[in-house]
Amino acid sequence: MKKFFSKGTAVAAPHLVWCVLFIVAPLLFVLYYSFTDTSGAFTLENMQSLSDYSDIFLTTIEMSIISTFGCFIIGYPLAYFISRSSEKQKKVYMVLLMLPMWTNLLIRTYSMMAILDDGGFFNTLLLSLELAPVHIVGTKGAVIFGMIYDFFPYMVLPIYTAITKIDHRVIEAASDLGCNGMQIMTRVILPLSRSGIISGITMVFVSSISTFYISQKLGGGTFELIGDTIERQFQSPSTYHIGASISLVMMILILISLAVMNRFSDEEENSAARSRIGK
Amino acid sequence: MEKIIELHSIIKEFDGERVLDNIHLDIYDKEFVTILGPSGCGKTTTLRIIGGFETPDSGECYFDGKVINDVPAHRRHVNTVFQKYALFPHLNVFENIAFALRLQKVPENEIIRRVREMLDMVALRGFEHKNVNYLSGGQQQRVAIARALISQPRVLLLDEPLGALDLKLRKDMQNELKKIQQRTGITFIYVTHDQEEALTMSDTVVVMADGKIQQVGTPIDIYNEPINAFVADFIGESNILDGVMLADGRVRFSGKEFVCVDSGFEKNEPVDVVVRPEDVDFVAPEKGMLTGVVSSVTFKGVHYEFIVDIGGFKWMIQSTDFVDQDEKIGLSIDPDAIHIMRKSEYSGKYGDYSSFSDELDALSDANTVEEEL
Repeated sequence: MKKFFSKGTAVAAPHLVWCVLFIVAPLLFVLYYSFTDTSGAFTLENMQSLSDYSDIFLTTIEMSIISTFGCFIIGYPLAYFISRSSEKQKKVYMVLLMLPMWTNLLIRTYSMMAILDDGGFFNTLLLSLELAPVHIVGTKGAVIFGMIYDFFPYMVLPIYTAITKIDHRVIEAASDLGCNGMQIMTRVILPLSRSGIISGITMVFVSSISTFYISQKLGGGTFELIGDTIERQFQSPSTYHIGASISLVMMILILISLAVMNRFSDEEENSAARSRIGK
Repeated sequence: MEKIIELHSIIKEFDGERVLDNIHLDIYDKEFVTILGPSGCGKTTTLRIIGGFETPDSGECYFDGKVINDVPAHRRHVNTVFQKYALFPHLNVFENIAFALRLQKVPENEIIRRVREMLDMVALRGFEHKNVNYLSGGQQQRVAIARALISQPRVLLLDEPLGALDLKLRKDMQNELKKIQQRTGITFIYVTHDQEEALTMSDTVVVMADGKIQQVGTPIDIYNEPINAFVADFIGESNILDGVMLADGRVRFSGKEFVCVDSGFEKNEPVDVVVRPEDVDFVAPEKGMLTGVVSSVTFKGVHYEFIVDIGGFKWMIQSTDFVDQDEKIGLSIDPDAIHIMRKSEYSGKYGDYSSFSDELDALSDANTVEEEL
């Protein structure tokens, strides 16, 4: 008991209370609702009915993978570019990157609609250039675009951090030993920024898979993601239980993908730790 | 011997500050050349220009008679052993060493053979699959050397490669590097601020200060015939005195006239006189050419180190004879122990031991290392 009440525990106590109240308790509620019916009796019915949602699950996973990949394709070069800029420029780019994150998600999504709508800014521009307007809002593409737009700072930041940590002499050594620009990228910079890539992918994927609002607005109500489904279930007390079981399955899926990711980053962490010992 | 690298009128500035001021340097094939100087003297920049990591603002860098100013680092037949090694942390020992060969698409069995050869040379056989981050400093150093040598460059650049090693290991590696250089016949250009290291290993020493080359010569030349007060002070210990050349072979300093072996100066030309601490003999005060009072004694193992006050100027003298503090002594100096130098911008700045202390010396050495990193 003495050990339990050490100084460390005392300092951690507020956080511990916080965790129990707002993380552990809600999880237990999710678990409880998942396996009970409206009368509170134990049932597996909720779980069995999940097969009705398998299409939505698959679409969500597919779109999350696409948007994560999109974020990586756009985010990596940007992160690399920023890391190579002067200190002054870096600050400016960082602010530009973070600025949208300071704006409310709803407002960002609405403005995205205003821009992409059939009568919106983008199509007006196309028309004024005497080009055919494009129907965007209400398509899968629009939703993926919205997801990439919203989540890609989460991809850029960890990659940027990882690239700036690479010792400049290692890059010079690669060049000295015969690497041209492209080979430096593939043989040194990419492998050495792996930890950043993994965190970036994890953060974007987890955010994407639980997206709801963006898909409702930019999807134009034509289709829904699993996040939307969960939200809908929780709007009436009678479907709480279904919503909870979908959430539970989602959580398990995310945990599995995190575990897979961690396998990669663990290796990375170990070698990073080793290099610290080496120094 | 043929010239392999020539630097012609190299000038380099960083933020308006001139780091290299009109550098002329010829480096011959198969030579072990050391560029020696205090931190900030431009020695690393010189090396980086040869390696292709910096472009001179003006002047030319020749390799085998051809200008290579615009040839990028990866196309030069020059490899570098970096300060702090710069090994690839994501590759093991084998892959670090094989890196250059993989880029050249050398067949796998030849890669294995050549990496083994390198591992034998640097005595790291059996370390193939070790993670480089687990190796000790000395082992990382060997991997860095093997990695740079495997593609058989014509010239190897070494940027303070032993700076981070402890003294014993540093001495061993000095010998090993010298042996590797002799065995491979590759031109080594070695940058260091450690004068002892430079004297031990090099065929030719290039002494730099303030972005200029002060003197180029063999270690013996540089030690025995320093060209100015800076070189005399930087290489070994020196008592540097104001003197006047009376005639060929006759010089006056510390209020006395001495016979020396130097000639070719104007009559009554002011000069700097160098006397090395180990070239002075203690004699009875009445027999001394100069007399002074011992103001401190330090035991150094092989010899004692004395600071002797002679007419207000503090000399450093090293001797195996013991003389106690505050004792009055006479000094005798042989004619060939007196070295005469022309006056330079460095005159009067060095060679007086009145503020000398070992701790200060050690401190400034440590600072030098820090700044260079």
